[in-house]
Amino acid sequence: MLAETTINIGTIIAILVYVLLVGYLGWLGFRNTKTATDFLVAGRKTHPFVMALSYGSTFISTSAIVGFGGAAGLFGMSLLWLTMLNIFVGIFIAFVVFGGRTRAMGHHLDAHTFPEFLGRRYQSKFIQVFAGIVIFLFMPLYAAAVLIGGAEFIATQFTISYETALLIFTLITAAYVVTGGLKGVMYTDALQGAIMFIGMTILIVWAYIKVGGILPSHQALTDMAGLVPGKLRDMGHQGWTSMPLFGWGDKKYDLWWTVVTTITMGVGIGVLAQPQLIVRFMTVKSQRELNRAVPIGGVFILMMTGVAFTVGALSNVYFNKYGAPLNGRVSKVIDEQKSFAVLQITKKDDTGNWVDVEGKMAPVRLTGDSVGAIVSAGQTVPVVQGRSISIIYAQGNVSQIIPLYVTSAMPKWFGIIFLLTLLSAAMSTLSSQFHTIGAGIGRDIYEQLQPKHGGTLGITRIGIIIGIIIAVLWSYFWQKSPIIIARATAIFFGLCASAFLPAFIGGLFSKRMTKQAAIWSMIVGFAVTSFWLLFVKAQEAGDIGLVQKITGGKTSILAGYPNWPTVDPLVVALPISILVAIIVCLATKPPSKEHIDKCFRRK
Amino acid sequence: MLGLQDKWVALAYILCIASTLLCVVYGIFAWNKGQTDVSQEDMRWAKEEKKAEKKM
Repeated sequence: MLAETTINIGTIIAILVYVLLVGYLGWLGFRNTKTATDFLVAGRKTHPFVMALSYGSTFISTSAIVGFGGAAGLFGMSLLWLTMLNIFVGIFIAFVVFGGRTRAMGHHLDAHTFPEFLGRRYQSKFIQVFAGIVIFLFMPLYAAAVLIGGAEFIATQFTISYETALLIFTLITAAYVVTGGLKGVMYTDALQGAIMFIGMTILIVWAYIKVGGILPSHQALTDMAGLVPGKLRDMGHQGWTSMPLFGWGDKKYDLWWTVVTTITMGVGIGVLAQPQLIVRFMTVKSQRELNRAVPIGGVFILMMTGVAFTVGALSNVYFNKYGAPLNGRVSKVIDEQKSFAVLQITKKDDTGNWVDVEGKMAPVRLTGDSVGAIVSAGQTVPVVQGRSISIIYAQGNVSQIIPLYVTSAMPKWFGIIFLLTLLSAAMSTLSSQFHTIGAGIGRDIYEQLQPKHGGTLGITRIGIIIGIIIAVLWSYFWQKSPIIIARATAIFFGLCASAFLPAFIGGLFSKRMTKQAAIWSMIVGFAVTSFWLLFVKAQEAGDIGLVQKITGGKTSILAGYPNWPTVDPLVVALPISILVAIIVCLATKPPSKEHIDKCFRRK
Repeated sequence: MLGLQDKWVALAYILCIASTLLCVVYGIFAWNKGQTDVSQEDMRWAKEEKKAEKKM
C-alpha cells in the first residue's frame, strides 16, 4: 500500500514536471519564436536531430505503440514488414525522393497546407476544398486511434475505468493543444521525441533480457505456435514468428489479407500521402536538412514501431512464463510433450466447489499438479493450472496487451517513463492532427468558399473543437471494436493513399499530369474506399451497419466469397485511382507550359 | 533463422535493420549535399506561413 502511494505521488510529480517542462518549452517557443518557420525566416538551419525527432514524434503515436504493438501481440512478428515500410518508405523514400521536391514546389506555389499544395499545383479550387473536407471528416478517426491508445494505458496503469482515463487523457492533451501545441514548436516536439526514444529503448532491452536474450526469446516464441487459439488458426495464424497462411478463396487465408493489406500496406504506403507530415517538408531550409534527418529518423522509427511490434509479440513468451496461473480442467490436449492444452477455465463458487466459467477457454502451457477436482459430464476430473498467451490475459482486448505487459513485466518506475512516452507520442501527433484539421476547415474550405476571408480564426477554432469532440466520441463508442486502433489508423492512411497519392505523385513528378486526371483520381479513390468500407470490408461495414439492412443481416455484400470481406480498400481503390489518373491524363489537354514552368522551375 | 520459424518473418526482421542502416549510410554520405541558399521566394513563403500560424 505504501509502495503504491509512493508510486502514485511519484507519478503525479513526474507528470507535473513533464507538463511544466513542455509548457516552458512552448512558452520559450512562443516568446523566442522557435517554430520551424522561424528558423526559415531567420535563414538559420534546423538542427537535424530536432528536425528528425520532431517529424518522428509526429509520425509515431500511441496508435503505433499501443494499437499496432497490441496487434503484434495477437498476430505476431509478421507485423515487422510494417516497420520495414515505416523506415524505408516513411523515412527514406519520403525524405530523399519526396521531401526536396515537395519543399521546392510548395514554395514556388506558395502553398501552406497539403490541400492547398494540390489545389495550386492543379489550379483547382475544387481539389483544395475536396481534400480539405476529406481531411476534416476523417482525420478525427485517426485522432481517436491515438486517444484510445493513451486512455487504455492510463486505465491499466492506474486501475481506473476506460471512460475516466479517456476523459483525463483528453483534458491533458486538449489543454496542451489549445495552449500552444498547435504552433508545433520544434524543441517541444524534439523533447517529446527524445522521451519516446528513451522509453522505447528501455522497453526493448528489458523485454529481451526478461525472456532470455534475443535468439532464445525468438525461439521460445516460435515454440509456442501450438498455443494459437483455434479461431485464429482457422483464419490462417501459424504462430507468432510465421507469416499467416497465404492463398485465396478460403477462410483460412483471411488473416494474411488482414495483416498484409490492412495493417502493413495501408499504413506503410499511406504515410506518403499524410497531410500533416507532407507540410513538414516545406518548413526546412534545403534538401541538406532533409538528408541529415534521414539517419536519425531511420533509427528513431526502428526504435518505435520495431520495438513496439517485437515487444508486443514477445509479450506472449513473458505471459506464458510468468503470467498468473489460470485454473481449469483440460478440455483438449494440444501437445503432450510441450504440456500444451486447452483449458476450460474454472473458478470456486460460494460453497468452495470448482465450477466452469461459461464459455471461457484458454490455450495454456500446463504448469503443475492439480489444485482440486471438478465434476464434468458425470466424471471427476482434476483442476489444473496453466499459463496462457497475451490476448487471454488482456481479456480479448488487443489494445490492452502492451499496457498489461508494461504494468506486469516492467518495474514500477518504468510505468512513469512509459506514461510520459505515451503522453509525448500522443501530444505531438494530436497537435499536428488538430493543426491540420483547423487548417483544413479554415484555410482550405472556408477561405476558398468565402472570398472575403472574414472570420477565419473563429471558423478554424470551431473546426478544431468539433474535431476534438468527434475524436472523443469515436474513442468512447468504438473502443470495444476488435483491433480498433490499428483499423482506424489504417482506414485514414489507406483513404489518404487512395484519394491523394496519384494526384500528389503525379503533381510532383509529371509535367503531363492534368487537373482533370487529379480530380477524377481523387473522387474515384475516395468513392471506391467509401464503398468498400460501407459494403464490403466486413469489420468496418459490420460496425457501420448499413450493409446489414440491405442484405438482411450479412456484414458484407461479398460475404459468400471468402477473403474478399477481409481485403483492405487500399488494394482495390489505389490501383483504380492510379488507372483513372493515367487514362484521364492521356485523354485531356496538358497544363499550360507557363504553369508547369512555375511549378518545376529551379532556382 | 534468428530463432524465427518463417524465413519471411526473418527477412522482415533483417530488412528493418538493413533499412535503418541504409538511412544511416545515406545520411553520412549526403550530410553536406543539397545545401541551397534561402531565396526571396523561400522568405516570402515563410512570412506567409507565420501569418497562417498566427491564425491557429
